[in-house]
Amino acid sequence: MLRRVLAALATLLGVAVFVFIMLRAIPGNQITAGLGTEAAALTPAQKQALEAYYGLDQPLIVQFFSWLGNIFTGNLGFSARAQQSVLELTAQSLPVTLELAVFSIVLALVMGIPLGMLSASKPDSPRDAFGQLVGLAGLSIPAFLLATTLLAWLAASLGFNPNGKGFAYFFEDPWLNLQQMLLPSIVLGFGIAAPIMRTTRTAVLEIRSNDFIRTARAKGVPARRLQVEHVLGNALVPIVTMTGLQFGYLLGGAVVVEQIFSLPGIGRQVLLGIQQKEYALVQSTVLVIALAFVIVNLLTDVLYRMIDPRVRAA
Amino acid sequence: MTDITQSAELAPGGGRTIERVRLLLRSRSGLVGLILIVILGVLSLLSAFSLLPYDPIAQDPPSRLQPPSAEHWFGTDQFGRDVFARVAAGVANSALISIVAVAFATVVGTLAGIIAGFYRGVSDGVISGVTNVLFAFPPLLLALSLASVFDRNWFTIAVAIAIVYVPIFIRVTRGPVLSLREIEYVKAATSTGQSRAMVMFRHVLPNITSIIIVQVTLSLSWAVLTEASLSFLGLGTPPPAPSLGSMIFEARTLIGIAPWTMFAPGVVVVLLVVGLNLLGDGLRDALDPRNRGKK
Repeated sequence: MLRRVLAALATLLGVAVFVFIMLRAIPGNQITAGLGTEAAALTPAQKQALEAYYGLDQPLIVQFFSWLGNIFTGNLGFSARAQQSVLELTAQSLPVTLELAVFSIVLALVMGIPLGMLSASKPDSPRDAFGQLVGLAGLSIPAFLLATTLLAWLAASLGFNPNGKGFAYFFEDPWLNLQQMLLPSIVLGFGIAAPIMRTTRTAVLEIRSNDFIRTARAKGVPARRLQVEHVLGNALVPIVTMTGLQFGYLLGGAVVVEQIFSLPGIGRQVLLGIQQKEYALVQSTVLVIALAFVIVNLLTDVLYRMIDPRVRAA
Repeated sequence: MTDITQSAELAPGGGRTIERVRLLLRSRSGLVGLILIVILGVLSLLSAFSLLPYDPIAQDPPSRLQPPSAEHWFGTDQFGRDVFARVAAGVANSALISIVAVAFATVVGTLAGIIAGFYRGVSDGVISGVTNVLFAFPPLLLALSLASVFDRNWFTIAVAIAIVYVPIFIRVTRGPVLSLREIEYVKAATSTGQSRAMVMFRHVLPNITSIIIVQVTLSLSWAVLTEASLSFLGLGTPPPAPSLGSMIFEARTLIGIAPWTMFAPGVVVVLLVVGLNLLGDGLRDALDPRNRGKK
């Protein structure tokens, strides 16, 4: 376990280096970003003074460590447009994304696991074909297409468009908040149900062919208990791994859906930063997302060890 | 993921191509996928060589927002542009970006994966480290951030997408190579004094081609989705070049009065991804050594 944590820390350091290099690769620097075309009018002395102010005259390695030091002390930079620190912005947007991710995952599990078990219950039958077809649709329909059509159709036919109103945080107006989360969670959940369905199907089929299942059946374990306790219990291991991976992706990958449904989540924060050329905002937020992703992966690993009967017994 | 069967079944590839194609065509999903991809491929080639009756970016205000007809199969959009021509050009654009991106990811990722698995040691440490770092970003977010770094044109978008998919190829090749290097005939080839590079290309690479082929097909479907998402967000190839994602974005406001502007690109992008997914599934079954010799 300690090795896993150390590896995660090493990965995070690598992530920081990568983000830093990306920041440097962007043409221009904080000075041109702040002043725009007026930066060309600076005298050499002014330019030098500004460079010293931003620390740009330091060697890259010094710049990297001072940036990293700032991040460790919670200084993720400042968004000029929002007139707020990136830390404050992230503290507002991360819970929105987390809420969305939790709802989407729950919906995906509710759709994906039964569908996968249904498919696996009789391979190459019509019900298997049905399950596979739904899975294929989930994999192939882009989230933005499903989201736009769902939004337009429900708004036109039922007049249901809670996302047209300003965003309500859960603690301000829970009822409106839940309505606003409904459609985006369905869209994301449908997409994630597909890999979960496929994982469940493969895992169940594989486990069913094991000797211990035959033994249990021969011993007279009731079919329902066999399915739930013996088959699903073992199939949970790959399902949990897949769920953890998908949850991690949701933390930043929900950007399109957040944008369409105007949810002020962390993905949208990155997108706004890109559109408004606030690179400090982009880089710090991307770093936060990668951090969250690595933590989720680590937690998945812990959870996986807890539920795997083989690891548990050892 | 695709797994490899070890030992005797891992005979060097080639020679079985006909049997594999037969297996692919026998599987329903593989056949349907192949048909879809061929149709869309022909469509994009027709568009790329300007063999379609309408120019995808020529505006014709008098005939704007016309419903589908014999003249305009998929109708026209808000500028009177032929939606069929635009969809075809969008598929061509999407195919170009995805193919270049996946080709780059395949070459770089496979080479890095083989080197890491075959040489182990420092090179493995470095390559696996980079892989872990790139895997720490959600794919779309990484593509977005990379796309924001470059000046946007189709090539830089392709490079951004390629960087996202390099680690996948590293991961799917490194594992099998690790087990391959312990197999007798690879050891034998090394011990007869063949250079390491020679062993890698003549004995290791042919054994992982089926894994790579399947991964290429599936990655193409993801690349198409990523490109469409980027252009939907306005971070794809800049207008007026037609792209399926930006067409759907523009059609959002027209869905009430001209639903065909949304349906045409929407259905086509889904068919493209479905085709690639089915082809990938079919190839996986056809290339799986365990299915060899099945009638």
